[in-house]
Amino acid sequence: METRKPLLLSLIDTRGGIFLGLVAAATILVPVLALMVPANSAFALPPYLVALFGKYVCYALLAIALDLVWGYCGILSLGHGAFFALGGYAMGMYLMRQIGSRGVYANPELPDFMVFLNMKELPVTWWGFQSFPYAMLMVLLIPGLLAFVFGFLAFRSRVTGVYLSIITQAMTYALLLAFFRNDMGFGGNNGLTDFKDILGFNVQAKETRVALFMASTIALGAGYLIARAVTQSKFGKVVIAIRDAESRTRFLGYRVETYKLSVFVLSAMMAGVAGALYVPQVGIINPGEFAPANSIEAVIWVAVGGRGTLVGAALGAIIVNWGKTFFTGALPEYWLFALGALFVIVTLFLPKGVIGALDQFKARRQAAKQSGAAATAAE
Amino acid sequence: MDIAKNSLLYLDGVSVSFDGYKALRGLSLTLAKGEMRAIIGPNGAGKTTMMDIITGKTRPDEGDVLFGGSYDLTKMDEAEIAELGIGRKFQKPTVFESHTVDDNILLALKAPRSALATLFGKPAPDTRNRIDQILETTKLKDHRFRLAADLSHGQKQWLEIGMLLAQDPKLLLVDEPVAGMTDAETAQTAELLREIAVDHSVVVVEHDMSFVRDLGVKVTVLHEGSVLAEGALDAVSADPRVIEVYLGR
Repeated sequence: METRKPLLLSLIDTRGGIFLGLVAAATILVPVLALMVPANSAFALPPYLVALFGKYVCYALLAIALDLVWGYCGILSLGHGAFFALGGYAMGMYLMRQIGSRGVYANPELPDFMVFLNMKELPVTWWGFQSFPYAMLMVLLIPGLLAFVFGFLAFRSRVTGVYLSIITQAMTYALLLAFFRNDMGFGGNNGLTDFKDILGFNVQAKETRVALFMASTIALGAGYLIARAVTQSKFGKVVIAIRDAESRTRFLGYRVETYKLSVFVLSAMMAGVAGALYVPQVGIINPGEFAPANSIEAVIWVAVGGRGTLVGAALGAIIVNWGKTFFTGALPEYWLFALGALFVIVTLFLPKGVIGALDQFKARRQAAKQSGAAATAAE
Repeated sequence: MDIAKNSLLYLDGVSVSFDGYKALRGLSLTLAKGEMRAIIGPNGAGKTTMMDIITGKTRPDEGDVLFGGSYDLTKMDEAEIAELGIGRKFQKPTVFESHTVDDNILLALKAPRSALATLFGKPAPDTRNRIDQILETTKLKDHRFRLAADLSHGQKQWLEIGMLLAQDPKLLLVDEPVAGMTDAETAQTAELLREIAVDHSVVVVEHDMSFVRDLGVKVTVLHEGSVLAEGALDAVSADPRVIEVYLGR
């Protein structure tokens, strides 16, 4: 409080510095390895790996968003995949409109699935999505609006704990069912795919993939800094206070509902951005993204990394998904068992996640050093 | 209505029942500005329910609850009532365990409570001084950077009282402040409360008779949801009805 550091620097502690350093390194290294190293070199990064890493980075951003509500505000959302998927759909709709007359039915206005379903004109929900800025606005607004309406009703009625978790789960399941319907006008169970280009660049091209990867890492860094700024402010202290003792916070005169709602909406928007960056890299968005299991998996990432640490959440997302890639390649039938076992092991032995275990290890070593020093001093 | 106008807190004919159980039956109580009052009564007498009604946690089925002669507390929620100037200390010490002692006081300190203000606002220039002052009063200055979770039971109780002070309320409701304290801590707490009562109105709910005697204030005895007797502790404890329901057991 006495020495004034610039705002940005005051937000970054050692752990955050290491994290942002790694993110920055990835932002530089991946393009170099993918584009500048000759393809036959051992260090060359094939495009499919660039897209895979990009996917991990998007998951990491989703994990940070989830950590903001769960780790800091105590709201265990089992429906964050819904906000991720909605952001993804908004991006997917933009990408569909970019196909234009290059579709199978060569309709300049309507995406293929609409022609197939005998739709005559573009539904109102699709208006404006040919514009990139409009689509990006929707990436933030649609998840934000859903979170606002849902949160307003839930928090005002003081729904907390398990009950809240269950209704978030119901929310994503309801959306799953709704998006499966063809007459919703979002491509039914096939979802949106066959994307051609984004901002005029071919989505399949190596350069575009690298650019999307860089956009994802930059979004991850920015998302981390925003989450950090929020949690380090007095607002963030109030949010933690709500997690620890909700009624005490209320009797101090804080409007708990407003705080919860603000965090929830911010988090939903971050999840939406993550989903929007994810879709062009995987090339498809379908109702499966709303599956309750996806949201629960995201909770596991955060638990594995260590909740309430932000960096841990991102780390957990990357570790678990790397494990998933490995398992589904080597022993596909065992992945779900491995995931279940991981969750049990973390709950039993690493209640504070990987980051929490590291902290504990450091503290113990420091204590050992101090008692060692005290012993030598006593001699 | 004159009594209501001149009082700080005015309860008249307040009744509430939970699933048919009548927790309060026509409770009436008046607290003057600047007064300190002790409330005693056996378990189930309605002490905590009364606090819940004053702070907006529970709505009464009938009766008036007025603050400062004009604010109808039955129509306001917890946050509004807290902003109005009523602070509450829980029976079980309730502090923010993963915050430091310093931050606990900071969060309680009288300042704008809106999300926008806490997100973008700057702390008032005298914030530091006010926190120091409160830590001094509650004897927690040496513990300011410790997490509240690591404090002893007594220290947590003081921290919570410190948080009430930081709120600078017009009225403090204190629920069993010395439960589970050592004798020395109890005496210190009595001193602390007397200090606070100099410029605040205080309502203390307590079981501990020697503590109530230490406070030396007017006593209200509750029994089965209404007032049984009121007056100085000696007069009240001589009342045969009080002896029968409470002291005689």
